[in-house]
Amino acid sequence: MTTDKQIIDRLEQGFAGSSTAFDTDGRLHGRLAALAERQGLLDVSYCTIDSPLGPLLLAATGKGLVRVAFSREDHQSVLSRLASDISPRILRTPRRLDKAARQLEEYFAGKRRAFTVPVDLQLAHGFRRSVLLHLREIPYGETQSYTAVAKAAGNPSAVRAAASACSHNPLPLVLPCHRVVRSDGTLGEYLGGPEAKHALLAMEAAG
Amino acid sequence: MTAPRQRAAQPFEELVAEHGALVMRVCRALVGPVDAADAWSETFFSALQAYPRLPAGSNIRGWLVTIAHRKAIDQLRGAARRPEPARELPELAVAEPASADDDDELRAALDALPLKQRGAVIYRYLAELSYAEVGELLGSNATAARRSAADGIASLRKRLSKGTS
Repeated sequence: MTTDKQIIDRLEQGFAGSSTAFDTDGRLHGRLAALAERQGLLDVSYCTIDSPLGPLLLAATGKGLVRVAFSREDHQSVLSRLASDISPRILRTPRRLDKAARQLEEYFAGKRRAFTVPVDLQLAHGFRRSVLLHLREIPYGETQSYTAVAKAAGNPSAVRAAASACSHNPLPLVLPCHRVVRSDGTLGEYLGGPEAKHALLAMEAAG
Repeated sequence: MTAPRQRAAQPFEELVAEHGALVMRVCRALVGPVDAADAWSETFFSALQAYPRLPAGSNIRGWLVTIAHRKAIDQLRGAARRPEPARELPELAVAEPASADDDDELRAALDALPLKQRGAVIYRYLAELSYAEVGELLGSNATAARRSAADGIASLRKRLSKGTS
């Protein structure tokens, strides 16, 4: 005799597909992402890569790289903020971040001194944005003080604001806020932590 | 004080990860193993389109199953009148391989049920929606949905015990 319970159990198990987990090869996900991209519905793509400073989250819009995040920033909450600040149409699509990933890899291998990937600065506004734009002018292996950065960004008295712009840089590494230090030579804050800032400056000084 | 209208802010990737497998089970039960991949893709594509307008706090699973329900009806009405996205779907390199393990006997028994009962059984027991949600999906109410699900299970039981006794 079959019971209702047995029928219900059978329902729950009867359509699970093969015994392996769902979409393990990612074909369905890949197809969804490809279609979304073609139809202009992929607002933010992201991937994570390994680096000597730990896993990095890379996120891009159609305009360019929009966010680089260290794992201490908590990648999941970074993605949630991107969902509310930009768009929740977010899918993991490493292919769209190939170029940025490769350039970062080359940078960590000491083979690249400047990044050429397009960037999207929509997460920074006003003076902060001016500070970020200036960061690219600080050459590899050199440092500049927060005071000098504030001046270069057009507001010499806004030293604290300049420091804050650096410590909230949405694109660390690519926009080299690690090259900005205090006037007394101490390192100052860094999204990736003080050790990371120290390691980057040491690496660049050696190269 | 008026707060800005809250919109869904969970990254869509998390929806696919959390609900992808369940939506696939529902699609397999609704349209069978051959068309399930297309139904799944159309469901998530439509969901992605509408997602930014979904109010915060919505029941995501219920919403996705509702879309799958509509896509399944479209598919069952005939491949000739497929909605737009279907034609845009890139071909999967290999046909969906997982069909071998599907419970064919159960599928046949489900297909033989009247539409309301079939829907009620699938949405209640496979998609784990509440009777109120199932009722809304089927254009009735919680009481009717509960009755349809019970009737559906009863006739599945009758049909399936025949072969095993």
